[in-house]
Amino acid sequence: MTDAFVPNAVDKEPLAGSWSDRVSARVAANDVFYAFRTSPLAIVAAAVVLTFFLLALFASQLAVQNPFDPAQLELINSRIAPLWTADGQRPFLLGTDEQGRDLLSAILYGLRVSLLVGVLGVGFAATLGIVLGLIAGYVGGWIDSLIMRIADVQLTFPAILIALLIDGVVKSALGNKLDERTMLAVLVFAIGLSFWVQYARTVRGSVMVEKTKDYVAAAQLIGLPAHKIMLRHVLPNAMGPVLVIATINLALAIITEATLSFLGSGMPDTMPSLGTLIRIGNNYLFSGEWWVVAFPGFALAALILSINLLGDWLRDALNPRLR
Amino acid sequence: MTIRATSLVVTAACLIACATVPASAQTLRYANQGNLTSLDPYTLKETTTIAHHAHIYEGLVTRDKELKIVPALAESWETLDPKHWRFHLRKNVKFHNGAPFTADDVVFSAERVRTKGSNFLSNVPADAKFVKVDDNTVDVMLDSPNPILTSQWDSWYIMNKKWCEDNDSVAPTPASATSPSYASLHENGTGPFMIESHQPGVKTVFKVNPDWWRKPEHNLKEIVFTPISSAATRVAALLSGEVDVIEPVPIQDIQRVNASDSATVMTGPELRTIFLGMDQSRDELLFSNVKGKNPFKDIRVREAFYKAVDIELIRTRVMRGLSTPSALMIAPQLFTLSKEFTRPKTDPEGAKKLLAEAGYPDGFEVTMDCPNDRYVNDAAICQAVVGMLARIGVKVDLLAQPKALYFGKVLQPGGYKTSFFLLGWTPASSDSHNVLHDIMGCRDDAKDATRGEANLGGYCNKELDALADKVLIETDSAKRDQMIKQAFEIGIKDYSYIPLHQQALAWGVSKKVKLTQRADNQVLLYWATLQP
Repeated sequence: MTDAFVPNAVDKEPLAGSWSDRVSARVAANDVFYAFRTSPLAIVAAAVVLTFFLLALFASQLAVQNPFDPAQLELINSRIAPLWTADGQRPFLLGTDEQGRDLLSAILYGLRVSLLVGVLGVGFAATLGIVLGLIAGYVGGWIDSLIMRIADVQLTFPAILIALLIDGVVKSALGNKLDERTMLAVLVFAIGLSFWVQYARTVRGSVMVEKTKDYVAAAQLIGLPAHKIMLRHVLPNAMGPVLVIATINLALAIITEATLSFLGSGMPDTMPSLGTLIRIGNNYLFSGEWWVVAFPGFALAALILSINLLGDWLRDALNPRLR
Repeated sequence: MTIRATSLVVTAACLIACATVPASAQTLRYANQGNLTSLDPYTLKETTTIAHHAHIYEGLVTRDKELKIVPALAESWETLDPKHWRFHLRKNVKFHNGAPFTADDVVFSAERVRTKGSNFLSNVPADAKFVKVDDNTVDVMLDSPNPILTSQWDSWYIMNKKWCEDNDSVAPTPASATSPSYASLHENGTGPFMIESHQPGVKTVFKVNPDWWRKPEHNLKEIVFTPISSAATRVAALLSGEVDVIEPVPIQDIQRVNASDSATVMTGPELRTIFLGMDQSRDELLFSNVKGKNPFKDIRVREAFYKAVDIELIRTRVMRGLSTPSALMIAPQLFTLSKEFTRPKTDPEGAKKLLAEAGYPDGFEVTMDCPNDRYVNDAAICQAVVGMLARIGVKVDLLAQPKALYFGKVLQPGGYKTSFFLLGWTPASSDSHNVLHDIMGCRDDAKDATRGEANLGGYCNKELDALADKVLIETDSAKRDQMIKQAFEIGIKDYSYIPLHQQALAWGVSKKVKLTQRADNQVLLYWATLQP
């Protein structure tokens, strides 16, 4: 999906100075807002995404139990069917799993883990990619070649493979010191390292165009240091496409986390993310206990779909050719 | 890009999977939840692995369908005196590479199995000296009488001396080895099957050995073994006819398999006891937030752990009724006086008090090691235990891993790196002495290096060891049983372990297949017949 994306900031009119920059940003924002208001799909998608974020944020208020606290799980409550079926029991709206975990609570908390890993992973990837892209584009020369060749090599592997590799290496290096928090950090690290390439390439492209422009030359003339020019003047003009990539990558990062957890090398059973829940439930898929896998699966699908729709819309909205 | 690449991988995986379904009637396809990691028969003393190796390797003796010791590579044996055994080896037996089987191979294998890195050290007593008399006779000299000398030789497989020497495999491959040796990727046994191809973790193909010395009871040409770790996938593969035998059938699916037209579940009580153990030997736990001391050295903490575990709940909820809670570290079928033991009652309140008395009113943190593809619902049992301990204030970090990683960490070659663990044990000799010696005996016994070989927690009581030694040489069975009982009582009084239950065997078998189920859960396909 993301490979169809064409960096478009290149097409923008040259902007000079930070004041006019800010004004044009405001206008663009208004344009974007107008596009948003007139797209029902985008409104629905945004509402769903917002709901998921709010659910994750207020998970501890909404859930009937904390599924991450083993002391709150009662084995006696295991494998209860959803409330509306004949075997349903209060307060377990979506039923419970093998360990007596309320599924709704587990989904809310799992959502929190998935979104946290997704957002942090994307943040890490974006920061890394932007910095490397800026340096490559602005400095050029052999540094540019080096960074871009590394990026090329990494592009030849699927991101999930790289994430698995990093995950495996870090885990064997850490050995036995793996508690839930470290696992989460490892996942963020693995996902971040496998997604930085797109940011770096996009930013580099924009920077290559921007740096030949007069305002950069002017900034250089008055003796501003390179890092200031890069961050203050060049970067803001290259941020549009980065935002689009970040949105779509958020969905990819969440999927990657879910895949890793589904394969058993992500979040542990005692602190399940959506992927872990699906892996646990997968064992009971054919045994009549369908709800253990179905609801986390639905939640994940709805989340990914709406983020992707939002990302697609944002790409179109920011693309001047389509406006 | 990612999505396209992923879908490519999926398509490729499907192509490969679909291509591996042969239609030949003489091929039996078998799936187990765990891997066959190493072909070296001295690497891992674990029932599934031993059973796999039984198709390619043979011992001097073997066990029949009722678990009785019967002759195999040794045609017969006699005890010239209690400390002097003579084994007459079978003639005209050939290894798979064509080399003849001789006394040299037995002497070599006895040496190799007792070399550092072997996981089978206690199968052959350290004091046994193997002497070649002629090509077909081997004498075994012992320091002290041992009436059950051959009881664990069914899983001590004989290897070819020259083949090992030629292929740089004289030393056994340890379970903790990170790179495979020649012997862990190739085999040269005398058994009914030969390895045609072996891809660890993917697929192993066994081809029939046409020169086997015994008349085969099976009608197979080939066995294709695939590990399928996902329970649902394994069952789906059986029901769709993609595989003919699976082990185990997850207990939630037993009904569904039995209701199908194509397969049934063979169930029965298993001799394996599942239990929890605690590191009682180190002065400081490797994986805990308690520093400077080891809480498990305090018997009150061990008692608290024992009383926190609600075994009835595990039986009804996690095991769905298919387990027998156990007060002993051995199955009731293997010890006649086991009915005289009962488990102490579950008592979380009492457990909390005990913890407070021991100086941990707010509990402590400890990491639990658990396999997730070895025993029936192993990881689910561990999770349930984590919850039960959380209720008495102990925070357990669960490290549930595939068995290859798990065993590599917690067993002797890995340095017993565990603080709290779940393990299952079937006494290889079908006798209590094995439990008292391997599981409950002191480690680091100067006179008996193999004592406590699988005592991962390092529990030690010299009184129990002394009794175990007497049990070994006692011939009067009533007296012997009393001694065993006494020894078990010591272990219980010390809260040495937390026995949980005996699990039930559950093999999923296609209706086309006839198979013998042995209570030690070894899936032995050389007794299988397949209707075309």
